Amino acid sequence: MSTYDARFRVWRGDADGGELTDYTVEVHDGEVVLDVVHRLQATQTPDLAVRWNCKAGKCGSCSAEINGRPRLLCMTRMSVFTRDEVITVTPMRAFPVVRDLVTDVSFNYAKAREIPAFVPPAGVGPGEYRMRQEDVERSQEFRKCIECFLCQDTCHVVRDHEENKEAFAGPRFLMRVAELDMHPLDAAEEAGLDRRRTAQEEHGLGYCNITKCCTEVCPESIHITDNALIPMKERVVDRKYDPLVWLGNTIRRRKAT
Amino acid sequence: MTHVEREQWDVVVVGAGGAGLRAAIEARRAGARTAVICKSLFGKAHTVMAEGGIAASMANVHPQDDWKTHFRDTMRGGKFLNQWRMAELHAQEAPERVWELETWGALFDRTPDGRISQRNFGGHEYPRLAHVGDRTGLELLRTLQQRSVGLQQEDHRETGDHEGRLKVFQEFTVTRILKDGDGRVSGVFCYERESGRFLVLEAPAVVLATGGIGKSFKVTSNSWEYTGDGHALALIAGAPLVNMEFVQFHPTGMVWPPSVKGILVTESVRGDGGVLRNSEGRRFMFDYVPDVFKEKYAETEEEGDRWYEDPDHNRRPPELLPRDEVARAINSEVKAGRGSPHGGVFLDVSTRMPAETIKRRLPSMYHQFKELADVDITAEAMEVGPTCHYVMGGVNVDSETAATVGVPGLFAAGEVAGGMHGSNRLGGNSLSDLLVFGRRAGLYAAQYALSGVGGGIVADDVEAAAAEALAPFGSVSGAGGDHGPEEDAGPPENPYTLHQELQQTMNDLVGIIRREGEMAEALDRIAALRARARRVTVEGHRQFNPGWHLALDLRNMLLVGECVALAALERTESRGGHTREDYPAMDRAWRPVNLLCRLDGDGIALERTRTEPVRPDLLALFEQDELAKYLAEDELEGLEGGHGA
Ligand SMILES: Cc1cc2nc3c(=O)[nH]c(=O)nc-3n(C[C@H](O)[C@H](O)[C@H](O)COP(=O)(O)OP(=O)(O)OC[C@H]3O[C@@H](n4cnc5c(N)ncnc54)[C@H](O)[C@@H]3O)c2cc1C
Ligand code: SF4
Ligand code: SF4
Ligand code: FES
Repeated sequence: MSTYDARFRVWRGDADGGELTDYTVEVHDGEVVLDVVHRLQATQTPDLAVRWNCKAGKCGSCSAEINGRPRLLCMTRMSVFTRDEVITVTPMRAFPVVRDLVTDVSFNYAKAREIPAFVPPAGVGPGEYRMRQEDVERSQEFRKCIECFLCQDTCHVVRDHEENKEAFAGPRFLMRVAELDMHPLDAAEEAGLDRRRTAQEEHGLGYCNITKCCTEVCPESIHITDNALIPMKERVVDRKYDPLVWLGNTIRRRKAT
Repeated sequence: MTHVEREQWDVVVVGAGGAGLRAAIEARRAGARTAVICKSLFGKAHTVMAEGGIAASMANVHPQDDWKTHFRDTMRGGKFLNQWRMAELHAQEAPERVWELETWGALFDRTPDGRISQRNFGGHEYPRLAHVGDRTGLELLRTLQQRSVGLQQEDHRETGDHEGRLKVFQEFTVTRILKDGDGRVSGVFCYERESGRFLVLEAPAVVLATGGIGKSFKVTSNSWEYTGDGHALALIAGAPLVNMEFVQFHPTGMVWPPSVKGILVTESVRGDGGVLRNSEGRRFMFDYVPDVFKEKYAETEEEGDRWYEDPDHNRRPPELLPRDEVARAINSEVKAGRGSPHGGVFLDVSTRMPAETIKRRLPSMYHQFKELADVDITAEAMEVGPTCHYVMGGVNVDSETAATVGVPGLFAAGEVAGGMHGSNRLGGNSLSDLLVFGRRAGLYAAQYALSGVGGGIVADDVEAAAAEALAPFGSVSGAGGDHGPEEDAGPPENPYTLHQELQQTMNDLVGIIRREGEMAEALDRIAALRARARRVTVEGHRQFNPGWHLALDLRNMLLVGECVALAALERTESRGGHTREDYPAMDRAWRPVNLLCRLDGDGIALERTRTEPVRPDLLALFEQDELAKYLAEDELEGLEGGHGA
């Protein structure tokens, strides 16, 4: 087993401001960034604030930015950095800081509340649901989401544009609309709810210009843009002309060939 | 006087995992204004980590499955120590609880005819686990979370307020249950992580749904939250814990690299065909089938392999024995020098299924090994070893209502409750337990709360709770406690150090194989740690301060650690999750014995009680010779008398 000293710069502070602080800290074989943050807490700075739960990439609590890139602290192995590299850890930029690496993510919970829940089909009782695997798979992909909010953090529509937050649900919650829309038994339409229209008119789908940054940072490798956002734009287009869909399709086709 | 803000609710649910959310949904449906409190963000509870599935005898894959078979399997898995009425209700109600999730939007994997698919798991006679790949817990928790939000949307439409009837207090930690002058529950005391401010929620009924205790052990599959808070809260409030010696060590945790040691490798790997081998390449589980299970498991590899395709005419492979058996077998192989390079054994799917099938059926395992260990499980074997996974012991509850024994108004459901799983839990039986008893706890807590009982908060108790919570900021001066100055003498202590020492103690001395001398030593060490814990000192201020949070959690972990060690020392037999090297056999005389832990002054007092006799019609579901393997002599006599007439 080999051990070395790594150089870390961690953002310390709160809503009133803060700064990057330098630490030198021991690193062991096979460790992830969260292990190193824990060692900092145990040996140098016990009040360093960080969120985490599972340390297994399953709960989406430990989101932060490592060298400026949105990532899960518990799934970023130290071996992806060179030993003399300075590793900078900062809180997610799109959300207000609470303390150190912890941010106020209530924006996301507010957006979640704005999306109407699953509407059960009338006359189908518990135990009577029948769906084919092929038909549930599309929504299942989106339900892999661990709500780490890294996609929300990275999306340029809100990342540096506080003013857009009101009108834009962000990729995670636009994807939630898509998930319900593609659910084989969701009876929203029968109940007078047009999910696609609300995506456009209430949740800000139009702001998305399919840059795919959200897809790139998703730790669950969900194809947010290709499988959720673009198809929804296409469906909206049945009613409305959206030049970006045309552009998106062209880009996709070019990539595929 | 510290000023502490107060709010009034009918039911307070402590915990937003599967049990807590199901309880909250039911309590609100029953008309109670319900508050849910959780330590982490909403939607992050430990339940998201559950992988393999949820057990319910829906008979979608095997038509012969029914609640009776599920009940039998559960009792066998628990070596008949289960609170049998819980096991019965669980088996009967689990299918409804799973189907209900579909009406709230859950998307389980499907059978070819469009029903919910079910997979094999250790100890279950038929394929019984509803699942979504290997992220079933996430699906369950997200569904309950989204259902809760859906209810808030309904309330908003009706009243203009999202949170009037169901509100989630996220990142709040409860440190005390409050009671009125007559000993009935009157609320909870908690602090907010973000600000450090205190809050009292007044309510006549409180449901504990705080999950398990794994963070007291060094090698564990459990998350940060598993510090045994609910167990300790119940003890302190005056409710006993039952059978705390039973801790499940899951046979397959990752063993390398060190930083991920303990992370779970789901049992579905074996359920779907993965096999265990030692360093000599032998499928050693065939050497470890205990007598009580001899007739039910394959004797040759060929038969075991045929079972996956034709379960009606072959017996299952011994890799699918209940977890305690497999964990002990792995332990023995490693001890005998037949382990893998990093001190585990090999778990292999790569030679058993095509790579594409592995990636489709076990996506998160594929991902986990690739990302964390640089191992491609489609090409090579995994290295695995036992990891602390689940606590069968817990708050002693009434089987029907989930009410705790002894504290009116206090309920408990989910992993924090004891009894349901006896001495060992079968895979998949926890998620179903959460739903069945979460619902019951919510229902009965609401009924109790709405019946108009309960008095007020005692102001002194709030003061005491606040002082206790603030103690770590001023320990050295002895400001926070009611203990004598001698006990306070000594250097300030670091909570992280104490936590690590406790974890090491539990792991080494009260772990998977137990010995009398070691457990006695564990108790000495825990006592010493408790004394040192009084001097825990933390730096910084109250705003989101992890050192402070850990200092407060330590009280709970130490109490729970002591209960586990005491009960384990007392039970002089091996049964399920409790294995004694000095008493290696199951002893039928211990079958009808429950061990209760209560708080007595500063320490824990143990009490032996006799379990309620199993109802005859339930016993009649088993063959006589099978019962003879489990039941105590006097229980069998009664039985023969009853039946012979
Ligand atoms: C890796 C892994 C895989 C598993 N796989 C399966 C499986 O496939 N099938 C199965 O049936 N079981 C499985 N289990 C077991 C199962 O996941 C757990 O037993 C179950 O999720 C526990 O649920 P719960 O509702 O009791 O508690 P949790 O989901 O843990 O929720 C506890 C809640 O209580 C809150 N809380 C705790 N203390 C406090 C406090 N002091 N104040 C306020 N809030 C507090 C927490 O924040 C959290 O919200 C698995 C367990 C693990 C670790
Ligand atoms: S694809 Fe759309 S949602 Fe995703 S990051 Fe780009 S703009 Fe945002
Ligand atoms: S879609 Fe991916 S990146 Fe976005 S919140 Fe979900 S898991 Fe995180
Ligand atoms: S701690 Fe759960 S995802 Fe990192």
